[in-house]
Amino acid sequence: MKRVPLYALAHGRSGDKGDGSNVGILAYDRRGYEILRAELTPERVKRHFDGIVHGAVERHELPNLLGLNFLLHDSLGGSGSASLKTDAQGKTHAMALLRLVIEIPDDYEPPRPGPQGAVAPGGELDGAARGGAR
Amino acid sequence: MAADRILRIANGQGFWGDSVDAPARLLEEGPLDYLTLDYLAEVTMSILQKQRRRDPSRGYATDFVDLIRLVLPRLRERGVRVVANAGGVNPTACGRALAEVAREHGAHGLVIGMVTGDDVLDRLDQLIASGAPLTHLDDGRPLAAVRDRVLSANVYLPSTAIAEALRRGAEIVVSGRTTDPGLVLSPLMAEFGWSESAWDLLAAGTVAGHIVECGAQCTGGNFSRWWEVEGWDHIGYPVLECRADGTFVVTKHPGTGGLVRVDTVAEQLVYELGDPARYVTPDCTVDFRTIRLEDEGPDRVRVSGVRGGPATDTYKVSIAYLEGYKAVGTLTISGPDALPKARVCADALWGRLGRAGLTFERTITEFVGVNACHGELGGAPERAPEVVLRVGVKDASQAKVDRFGKELAPLVTSGPPGVTGFAGGRPKATEVLGYWPALVPKDRVRPEVRIEVVP
Repeated sequence: MKRVPLYALAHGRSGDKGDGSNVGILAYDRRGYEILRAELTPERVKRHFDGIVHGAVERHELPNLLGLNFLLHDSLGGSGSASLKTDAQGKTHAMALLRLVIEIPDDYEPPRPGPQGAVAPGGELDGAARGGAR
Repeated sequence: MAADRILRIANGQGFWGDSVDAPARLLEEGPLDYLTLDYLAEVTMSILQKQRRRDPSRGYATDFVDLIRLVLPRLRERGVRVVANAGGVNPTACGRALAEVAREHGAHGLVIGMVTGDDVLDRLDQLIASGAPLTHLDDGRPLAAVRDRVLSANVYLPSTAIAEALRRGAEIVVSGRTTDPGLVLSPLMAEFGWSESAWDLLAAGTVAGHIVECGAQCTGGNFSRWWEVEGWDHIGYPVLECRADGTFVVTKHPGTGGLVRVDTVAEQLVYELGDPARYVTPDCTVDFRTIRLEDEGPDRVRVSGVRGGPATDTYKVSIAYLEGYKAVGTLTISGPDALPKARVCADALWGRLGRAGLTFERTITEFVGVNACHGELGGAPERAPEVVLRVGVKDASQAKVDRFGKELAPLVTSGPPGVTGFAGGRPKATEVLGYWPALVPKDRVRPEVRIEVVP
């Protein structure tokens, strides 16, 4: 198994939804999607967002898009215009989840290279891949 | 109508404040039948409501009228029709302003459509009395909890209303609260004669609208693989090529920047998505798991397979109420030791307010450049060369919030060295708007369509 940031095998987008945010994470091929399904449990995602997500994490599957949709409840520090946060709409939550380091089989080469940091030693996400998984 | 007829619909405004140039560029850069423009967000409605209270002739998106002043001759020359929710809480006044612009241009015979009926602010008590309790959609509280602080209340109208205005010949339609995807669905219903119960077709049109509703977010904007996007300075806004069978192609005008690919479109499909099996609009329900995306050449994505189901028997009402006040301020702290010094500033600020006997419902302390977006996830660079300290409070008391605002500036002279960037003056208390989603039976709401022909 090798350790890579999620960004090396997936992409995604986030925004505000109801009392929190939603994060859609998408793989590039069927095998990548199966890895996402196995690795990105709601519990794991909730743990990753410790201190940011205060409510439940809900997961929905979109096999047609090779994607998972996560609802992060109570993650914006208040709804409407009540939030004091810089990211009051959860716009950066997808980028936060793509930082998650996961283990993937050695023989799985994602069909599309991730950002430089996710694949090249010394890139911004490289340190996370070697150490600091949460 | 030929089965292979293609209707081209573009969206030139993803929100009030989006690109000033995009709508005019869409008219010039390629073929078009419809231009849609989205101006309304939840908070926008209550801001507009406030404007109308001060001046009964206001309460709509004035930027839209300025835009039409600029492009009206080209619109008419090219036969492009416009659908916009620019009416805000006063579509009739917006229509009147448009008619004035039309007269300036000598645009005789211009047909303007106005869609109203969404504004239920004056009818709230009547609705509650008639057995529509307007309980909070997420937590079930009765509206009575905030009734005396309600600022605006608008029903998301069905797309049939705008479609009717278009069928009656309107060249420009302004509505109040409609769904964002409905701006695209309504011309499809009008042009292709889709019935109100053709669920799969309505679902397909809704998906088309969802994809383009945030403007360039489906043409390369906000895309995770940003390093693959070229031409950011002339990014193309989305153009849909729609067919009567509900299939469509997402593209952009030739020669524009940006990127339309299965992955840019897929990212936008999951944007602000809840349960993909049940995307609910006033028009239908959509199963997002049925959507099929295929690349069909450069910057062309074909969308098909969309399946939908019957609409519910309720409309969603978006209610905004005054929830309190907030203020946020920043100070910039240079290195050496930027982060430790920023922490000293923050502790001093909260300590001084505490000694003055002030506590707040909610406070925030962020170190921008270190942890504002992702908390500790990005790792905390103890040696950040410089840091922006961002602090804020929220409270029911406006006076307390204003008092907080006076505590920032003193830190420049009574804190650690290298503290600057306090140029904007004291942060002042601004209103916090709470958002109260609720449902109302469809038979309590009647959308209204008015048509006006400019003499």
